[in-house]
Formats: sequence, C-alpha cells, structure tokens
Amino acid sequence: MFNKKKNKFLEFLFESAFRLSGSVTTIIILLISIFLFTEGWGLFQSSTVEKGYILCINKENKIKNLTPHQVKDIFDGNITSWKELGGDDIPIETLRMDDVAGLYTEQELGPNFEYLPEKLSEAVSSRVGALGFFPEQFINYKFKGKVLPSITISLKDYFGGKEWFPTATPSAQFGLLPLLLGTLWVSLGAILLALPFGMAVAIYLAELASPRVRKILKPLIELLAGIPSVVYGFFGLIIIVPLIRDLFQLPVGETALAGSIVLAIMALPTIITVAEDALRTTPIAMKESSLALGATHWQTVFRVVIPYASSGILAAIILGIGRAIGETMAVLMVTGNAAVIPHTLAEPVRTIPATIAAELGEASAGSVQYQALFMLGAILFVLTLGISIFAEIIRKEPHLD
Amino acid sequence: MKLEAKNVNFFYGDFHALKDINMIIEENSVTAFIGPSGCGKSTFLRLFNRMNDLITDTHLDGECLVGGQNIYDKSVSVDELRKTVGMVFQKPNPFPKSIYENVAYGLRVNGVKDKAIIEETVVKSLQQSALWGEVKDKLKKSAYALSGGQQQRLCIARALAVSPSVILMDEPASALDPISTSKIEELIFELKNQYTVVIVTHNMQQAARVSDKTGFFMLGEMIEYADTKKIFLNPDKEQTQNYITGRFG
Amino acid sequence: MKQAIIFWLFRVMSFAVVAILFSIIGFIVFRGIGAISWEFLTSEPTDGMTKGGIFPAIVGTFYLVIGSMLVAFPIGVMSGIYMNEYAGNNFFVKIIRIMTNNLGGIPSIVFGLFGMSLFVNKLNFGDSIIAGSLTLGLLALPLIIRVTEEALKSIPDSYRHGSLALGATKLQTIGRVVLPAAFPNIMTGLILSIGRVSGETAPILFTAAAYFLPKLPSSIYDQVMALPYHLYVIATSGTDLEATRPMAYGTALVLITIVLIMNLIANFLRRKFSK
Repeated sequence: MFNKKKNKFLEFLFESAFRLSGSVTTIIILLISIFLFTEGWGLFQSSTVEKGYILCINKENKIKNLTPHQVKDIFDGNITSWKELGGDDIPIETLRMDDVAGLYTEQELGPNFEYLPEKLSEAVSSRVGALGFFPEQFINYKFKGKVLPSITISLKDYFGGKEWFPTATPSAQFGLLPLLLGTLWVSLGAILLALPFGMAVAIYLAELASPRVRKILKPLIELLAGIPSVVYGFFGLIIIVPLIRDLFQLPVGETALAGSIVLAIMALPTIITVAEDALRTTPIAMKESSLALGATHWQTVFRVVIPYASSGILAAIILGIGRAIGETMAVLMVTGNAAVIPHTLAEPVRTIPATIAAELGEASAGSVQYQALFMLGAILFVLTLGISIFAEIIRKEPHLD
Repeated sequence: MKLEAKNVNFFYGDFHALKDINMIIEENSVTAFIGPSGCGKSTFLRLFNRMNDLITDTHLDGECLVGGQNIYDKSVSVDELRKTVGMVFQKPNPFPKSIYENVAYGLRVNGVKDKAIIEETVVKSLQQSALWGEVKDKLKKSAYALSGGQQQRLCIARALAVSPSVILMDEPASALDPISTSKIEELIFELKNQYTVVIVTHNMQQAARVSDKTGFFMLGEMIEYADTKKIFLNPDKEQTQNYITGRFG
Repeated sequence: MKQAIIFWLFRVMSFAVVAILFSIIGFIVFRGIGAISWEFLTSEPTDGMTKGGIFPAIVGTFYLVIGSMLVAFPIGVMSGIYMNEYAGNNFFVKIIRIMTNNLGGIPSIVFGLFGMSLFVNKLNFGDSIIAGSLTLGLLALPLIIRVTEEALKSIPDSYRHGSLALGATKLQTIGRVVLPAAFPNIMTGLILSIGRVSGETAPILFTAAAYFLPKLPSSIYDQVMALPYHLYVIATSGTDLEATRPMAYGTALVLITIVLIMNLIANFLRRKFSK
C-alpha cells in the first residue's frame, strides 16, 4: 500500500552533491597544504648556487661541502681561512671567471676562449686554497679540481638564517628570521595599538551606548571591515608614512611603525565586533546581582562583565593577530620592505606575506626562489591555521575564574 | 483506515519512552490520547506517520500497523505513508506562501500538475475545514495575514488536500483562543465521517467533547483505553480516576 | 567619581576611533570626487597611466567578480544546505565545520600562492580571468557557507515538519519551502562576498591581474586589469607618482563605493526580510 516509491534517484543525486560541496572546504585546505608544501619542500633539495654554475676546490682540500651561508661569508671576505671551516690552515683564494681571465693573457686563453676550461682547471689545481665559482659549461672531464656537491639549504639554515637575499651570488640566502621577526613586530605592534582602543569601543557599545547609538555605530564599524586592504594601504602611504617621517625626523617614513598603525586601524573593526559580542553574552542576572550588592556600574563591568567575557575577548585579540600576520597589501605598501632584522619600530621591515607578494612575480616557476616563497606561504598557512584553531578553542565556552 | 500498535516499545537513546503498548484504533472514529506532560502520548501519535524518524538516536521495537500494513517495514515509503496519514501540529505552521499555495502544496509535491484539479481540491479542502467563507476573497494573500485559529484551520485544509485516510492531531487547539478552539472541535466532529482522527490533548473537556474513545497514558505506559464515556465516568484503574478527578476537581 | 572619569574616557576613545575610521573614508571621498568623471569611468589609461580612465580595470573586476561568484555561490549554498539540513553531529561533520571556519582565517596571499600553483601552472590556465576567478571563488566560500547556514538555521523546523507530514520528500521540502524562505538572507551572503571579492588584491596578483592592458579581454583565458591591483600599481610604482595621485584617489573612491553599496544593499535586504 505504501510501497510506491517516488523517484529517489534525484534525491540521491542532490544529497551527494550537497555532501560533496560540504566537504569542499576540507578538500581545499588539504589541497592548499599539499601544494604549498610540495612546491616549497623542493627548496631543501635544490642548489642555491646560481643556475649553470658550480663551486670547486683544490683536490688536496679536505672540505666535503659548504653551506649557502659559508659560501656567502667566504665571498664577502668574512671567512678567510679553510681552518675556520674545519680544513687545513690555508688562506682561501676565491676565483671567479673574471679573476681567472685576468691571470692569463689573451693569447694563453686562445681565440674565442677555447683554452679557458684548461686554464680554469690549472688555476684551481695550482692553488691549494682555491675556491672557484665557474660556469658549468667550461668544466669537462679533464678538470683537475674537485667540484663541490650542490650547495643545499638545510632546515637549520632556513629557520635560523639571519639573511634573506634570494638574488645573491654565488649563493642565494634564504634565512627566515628577518621576515618572521618583521611579521611579528608589525603584528604585535598593531595589536598593542588596537587593543586599548578596541576594548574601549567594545565596552562603550556593550555597556554605555544607548540602543539607538549602538544600532547606528555597530553596522558602520562592521562596514569598515569590508574596505579593501589596498585602500587602507593607500591611505597609510599618503597620510601616515609622511606623518611618521616628519614626526620622528626619519629618513624614510616607511617603517614597521607605519605598518603597525595601518594594521591597527584595519584590525579595529574585527576586534571591536568580536569583543562586543563576547561582552554582551554576560547574563543580565549576573550583572544585576552585582549591582544589587552595591557595586557601581564600573565595578560590575570590570569585575563581572569583562571576566565573564574574557575568553571571547582573548579570541578577539588572537583573531586580530591572525588577521594582522596574514595581511599583505597594506603592509607591502607602507613598511619599506627591507629584509633585515628590525631593532626598533622606526626601521623599515619586511613581512612574510609582503615578501611573497613582492618577489613571486619575478621568480620563475620551479626556481629556488619560487620554492622558497612557497615555503614562506606554507609557514604562513600553518601559522594562521594554528592561530585560528587556537582562537576557536578558547572561544568555545565563556568561563569565570 | 484502522490503526494498530503491537507490543510497541520506543526509546530516545537509553530513555524508555513507550512501554509495551497494544492498541487498536477504529476506522471513522475520533480517538483522544490524554495524560500528564511527558507521558509519551505525542511520541506515540507520531509513530503513526513516522515523524519520530526525524529525531536521531531513537529506536522502536514492535509493530505499528496502518490499514493492516506494518509501516516500519523496509518496503514502506515514508512519503507515501505520510500522504495517507496526515498531521496537524500543536502550533499552526503554515508555509510562508499564499493561502492558496499552502493548500496546493501537498498536491504539487505529489506530482499533480493539472491546474483544474488543484483548484478544485483547494476549494473543497477549504470548504471542509470551514475556512472557505473567510478566505475566498484573499486566496493570494500570505497565510500569515490570517488569525491563529484561521491558520490552524488552514493547516487542516492543507492536510485534507492530499486526501489522507487518517489525520493525527497533536494538541491542535492548545495555542488558540476559546472561540477558535470550539471551531476546531466542531471541525473534528465533522471529519470523523470520512477520516480516522487521532488527537492528543491536554484539555480533558476537549477529549470528552470530541472523542469516541480515549486512551490514558502515564510514564510511557497506556494505563487505560476505552470508550470516552467510561473513561470519564467510570474508569477501571485508580490512576485514571485520580488524573480525571484531579483535573476536574 | 572614578567611574565618571573612566566612562568619559571610554566615550572619548570610542568617538576618536569612529572619527579616525570615518576620516579615512571622508579623505578618500574628498580627494577622489574631483577625479571622477564620465570620462574617467569609461576610458582607458593613457600617458603611462597618469591620465585617462580606469575602464579596463572596472571591466576586469566585473569579470572576476562574476566568475568567482559562479564558482563560489552554488558550491557555498550547497555546502550550507549540507551542513544545516543533512549533516548530523558526527566526527566527520565536526571536522568539516572546523575546516570551514579556518578556511576563512587563511590569508588571501596564501590563496594567491595556491591559485598560482594549481590553476596557473598545474592546470595551465596561465594568468587569466578563469584562474583569478577560481582563486577568488575559494576565498569567498567560507563567507557564503556561513551566511547560508545561518539563513537556513533561522527557518523554523515547523515549516520542515509541516512539509514532510504532507508526504513531501526531504529534497522537496528544502527546494520548495526552506530555500525560498531563506533566500533573501542567502542573497545578503552573495552581495557581501561580491563586496569582499572586488577589493581583494593578493589573490589576483599572480593569477589574473595585469599591470597595464589597454584592451578588453576577449576570452576567459585572457589577463585583465583589476581595480584593487590598479590602485596598488599607481600608488606605488607609477612612472610619475605625483602626477598619478588624482587617478589613485579616483580609483580608491570607486573601490570603496562598490564595497559601500554592496553593504548597503545587504543591510537593506536583511532589514526588509527579517521579521
């Protein structure tokens, strides 16, 4: 009697489509992590030496390989003896192509440099302390030096490295520290600036403002969260950067401080909205019982409402930090983008997202620099994912202590 | 169509909500379920159109039969069952559509496309639910423009439009004023000529007024089930007596 | 006394913040309004982008918005339906919920990297409208899902039960009762994401945006100019920054106007249909 089935196929089809769409965010997050890490991981396998070049030493030299940073120090003249690298006490003699060409006459090199490979070989084999940096094409089977295995970057070099210089020769430098510190300085500065103001506005809206004022202000403040970051960046560039330059008598106004101020302005709407929502979750009965005990309104706010909402407020702060760490365009436009470890807020800095935005356009797909930038993206991804999971965990339940 | 429960036990998770219920509900009659809140009467009612399926983590032992068929059998299509066993809810719940579309809804979802048939059914259902005279000039108006009592009668018309055999009513008048309530009660009385009506109610006068038979539930058990007159005047069980007198008292 | 001072201080700080926030908008409007003209909106940039208009950027942003919404809106709404109407409360659904919340917290530049790696390079779309739209679409998903879910949550269960009790299937109930009732609120999600997407720069830097392209795109595999990227370019790296300023103010004004209008429409819809 009740067995006549409707066309269940359509139901099934749609339910499958809904289910698939439901899992799409999870799939995207998985894909993002897979793509970022696979593209970025290559960094630790690729040679940081300029493409088409090799490094070579004398056969007598006991050194087996060098790190990118050691290579840079040698060519910068900061390391002068093999002893410093664990070898014999012999001074290091760096040889670039030009140096070798200068050692011999044009005749010796032959017309069209046909004897160059021979001379490169001779230059390295005749000098015990030699470190040659030559184009790969001139190295043949007759070469009498020892070609060093490709110079790769280790996890330690990357995470502990103090220099970010992807176009340096002979060896590019990929040290995370200046970018990471730049990001943290700018973000923490922004939160420190935004927090007192954000809390003041949140408390004002939740506790002091009349319903009418609140009804007008809240949507307006939420509206400001929607203004594109590039507009905030433009505003910062036109107004805040010159202001900082003139106020602190700095050579340039593009500094970490400018980034912090712009980010603080951008983070304010988020902090205000989330904190205000948290403050308003305090049960009226709880406030009334405090007032009934003779506590003033301020005491009630300070001792009942804020503690009750503390987890929500903390979540607002953490979300604000997360937003600040990931912000790209505004920061790119006002911080000056110098990849050096900052010592004061009045110096130019460069953040992780700004680095990606500034350099990815020039890095060719698959190059070391490209891989290094994807590694930055992966780090940013993990950092912000961790922050937002953390914020979610603490936001779950309001609690009193 | 006859309804029957055989050894029905029902669980919400670990909670044993209905215990060993056996009952036969006759065709073309009005049967009322009464009892204190949480006694399981609504749960029992909702077994007959399988609305309890919508609650997760529930479990049924025993059989519920509609017209002799076990409706919890695997071969049963729930949508078909619900066409035959209509339901009216505690609070009027018209859709946010016009009066006309509310009544036509059941036909449309069951694949009726012929406009003439739909129109005819809508008019007939509204007449049957004694609403036609009040709404015939505003069929295109939103159902929410009606009063609460009118909305409930609209919901009854909506249920009638799919031509069910059984109508389950879950406290259909509890959210209404006395005048609307009496209109609904008159309607129930009319409906029994064509339908098997089962009504859950808190209001014992209502049960006494409209029903032929009454079942008294307590703590998930069916204490007594008999002719309404007997239940109200001369119940067998002391619990029934206490409940009735406590209420009338 | 102490209370009066503190509360007074809060009031002053609040109005200072609101004043700062609005002075930004005021500043852009004040400086930008002079640059806006019919010609500015409908002609191409000329003289090394110091003169002319922003028409190709407006068109580009328009295409990217349409494209991204074609991707994100259906998937987002279906995902919202799944979460509110079908998903129970099991482990799998909890994971999905956490992932959806967190996708919204991922920086837009990461979306840009992902889009470049997958759409531009792996799928070989190149820098194009389609790669940019897909990237922006992913970015807009969490917002649309959240708004859809909230819109569906606000529909009372009595509608669903009323429909099911009449013998309607679940899909019929969703399609004929639940979705129509939730529709206006779902639309606010669409409109808010249009506002959001039209202002995003980082995701299109390496997937769609062109520095200067005086001709309009002819297929979805073409690169386009886009308003936010155009503002970035002429604000930071033009040939003659001072001469370009009026253009930059004008572009910024057009951008915030789009965002403001979208928000106003969304608010209007929300107010009109919430009872």
